[in-house]
Amino acid sequence: MKIDRRGFLKIGGLGILGVAVKPVIDVVSKAKLAEASSKKGVLVEKRLAMVVNLKNCKEGCTDCIAACHGVHNVPDIANPKDEVKWIWTESYENAFPDQEHRFIGGGMKGSPAILLCNHCDNPSCVRVCPTKATFKREDGIVMMDYHRCIGCRFCMAACPYGSRSFNWRDPRPFIKKVNPEFPTRTKGVVEKCNFCEERLAKGLIPACVESCKNKALVFGNVEDPNSEVREILRSNYTIRRKPGLGTGPQIYYIV
Amino acid sequence: MFEKALIGSKKYWGLAIGLLAIMGVGAIFYLQQWNYGLGITGMSRDVSWGLYIAQFTFLVGVAASAVMVVLPYYLHNYKAFGRITILGEFVAVASVIMCLVFIIADLGQPTRALNIVLYPTPSSILFWDMIVLNGYLLLNILIGWNVLASERKSVPPPAWVKPLIYISIPWAVSIHTVTAFIYAGLPGRGFWLTAIMAPRFLASAFAGGPALLILLSLIIRRFTKFDPGKDAIQNLGKIVAYAMSINVFFILLEIFTVFYSQIPEHMHHFEYIFAGLGEHGKLVPWMWASVSLAVVSLILLVNPITRRRESILALACVIVFFSLWIEKGFVLVVTGFIPSPLGRVFEYTPTVPEIFITLGIWAMGFLILAILYKIAIAVKEEIEA
Repeated sequence: MKIDRRGFLKIGGLGILGVAVKPVIDVVSKAKLAEASSKKGVLVEKRLAMVVNLKNCKEGCTDCIAACHGVHNVPDIANPKDEVKWIWTESYENAFPDQEHRFIGGGMKGSPAILLCNHCDNPSCVRVCPTKATFKREDGIVMMDYHRCIGCRFCMAACPYGSRSFNWRDPRPFIKKVNPEFPTRTKGVVEKCNFCEERLAKGLIPACVESCKNKALVFGNVEDPNSEVREILRSNYTIRRKPGLGTGPQIYYIV
Repeated sequence: MFEKALIGSKKYWGLAIGLLAIMGVGAIFYLQQWNYGLGITGMSRDVSWGLYIAQFTFLVGVAASAVMVVLPYYLHNYKAFGRITILGEFVAVASVIMCLVFIIADLGQPTRALNIVLYPTPSSILFWDMIVLNGYLLLNILIGWNVLASERKSVPPPAWVKPLIYISIPWAVSIHTVTAFIYAGLPGRGFWLTAIMAPRFLASAFAGGPALLILLSLIIRRFTKFDPGKDAIQNLGKIVAYAMSINVFFILLEIFTVFYSQIPEHMHHFEYIFAGLGEHGKLVPWMWASVSLAVVSLILLVNPITRRRESILALACVIVFFSLWIEKGFVLVVTGFIPSPLGRVFEYTPTVPEIFITLGIWAMGFLILAILYKIAIAVKEEIEA
């Protein structure tokens, strides 16, 4: 085969064109699909979400953190370098940097906000994972497969909420009391909040929601107009973390 | 041809043993990392990529040494580069192998690395990077080895090599572009979220790769009977001058957009590297060193009087290499995480094991390069004798 420069450029050009056109076709065909299924009203029947009412959250209380970390065998590694956390508090300004200003009132300034995985509608962590070790379920839960994760930490770079932790070392010596119902993890894998999918499967509500005595956490199906979360979203003004990034976070905050 | 790697001078064996020793030390520290986990490095929950991924990023750039000699020779029939295409291709082989090993060293579960192949995920840029890097490695091994073998027998290379050579040119562009896309497509990482990331990777690669090639050519001329040629070196020098100018220009474009728009999520990172945030400023001296080196290298490279003096050209290439290493091989990756998306400034310093593992992998790359160069130069000397 003999290819001159002109021939090569022609073939190369066509190849590049093909690569460029493919995503456009994908988007158009996806858009059609979404349109068709939403008409029938069956696009999703269940979409799990949570409302965090920061007005009800008592400063100094760590019940939800203790409940979650206890039931999920989250190691208690004290140093910030290696720590693993599924649900934690951060000051309001750090949690909502785009909502911060000098005169924040209502007692929010410097007060702690409960943070966890946002179980995004359009999760960037899922998009970047090279092995599908993190994936989104039909009901919206963003899950982790600890046995498939290769520990590349691309998802940690992709998550704009700092919701993911890596096991920088063997976590087992740092688990005070192992819950035999839930697996412990090994070093070298990423983990995060799983919306208590193992409890949901048994008909229980998430451990953090159950443990909160002040009803600061409410969990449910936002696709169901009669659900408690929908009622709260209807009657309160709520905000989400960094909505401008297009990730579609499913944790709503009342401030 | 491989037998040529087994016969060498005392200097050759001394170099090989020295590199093996550094690899050995690296391997011991890697065993420690294997047992303890990646917590042995300076990486943290906030700064979750560090030296390893930064080396990978930098070395993808070094691999561009090949395309910058292959393109002028095969597409523009620029004969002077014909003598050194093999040198460029073998640098590409060694750097891409280093890239792959750095990725493996960075994995929390390296034994599961093949999951990328077993569960192919086209939405992940890492999946595509795996394809383009391995493809580029294979292309350069096939092309380099076959062209050299034919040269030795004084026959033209087999016909099937030519299309591979043509494919390798756009393929080289793809490795920089796809590697840039790892960073440039992440929401919430303002430092990386810039469409100019891929052009920046290309510009710095076309400066860094040829700069290393110039230095290697000068070393080869000094220690062997093979002369890569004054013209080839001079013209590589021009390529480095252009590419480095474009690279600096691109960085200035970033600085304009970030500081004129004043968007905090983008600006804080640049403030961190140029001035520090509060009491945190570990990268500030590094960044200013990189900037100063870049300026000095441009003065030496753009001025024809200095560029034409080989000793000054060599110095300029060393400066370019180090300036780019600081910028791509450290600052670019680490700063993406500082401050974190939650506004926290958690600084990163590589640990001793991390540094030795890194040195070990560099030593491995240079050993591969030394062996490949030994073979190539032995063949060239044989032909010329």
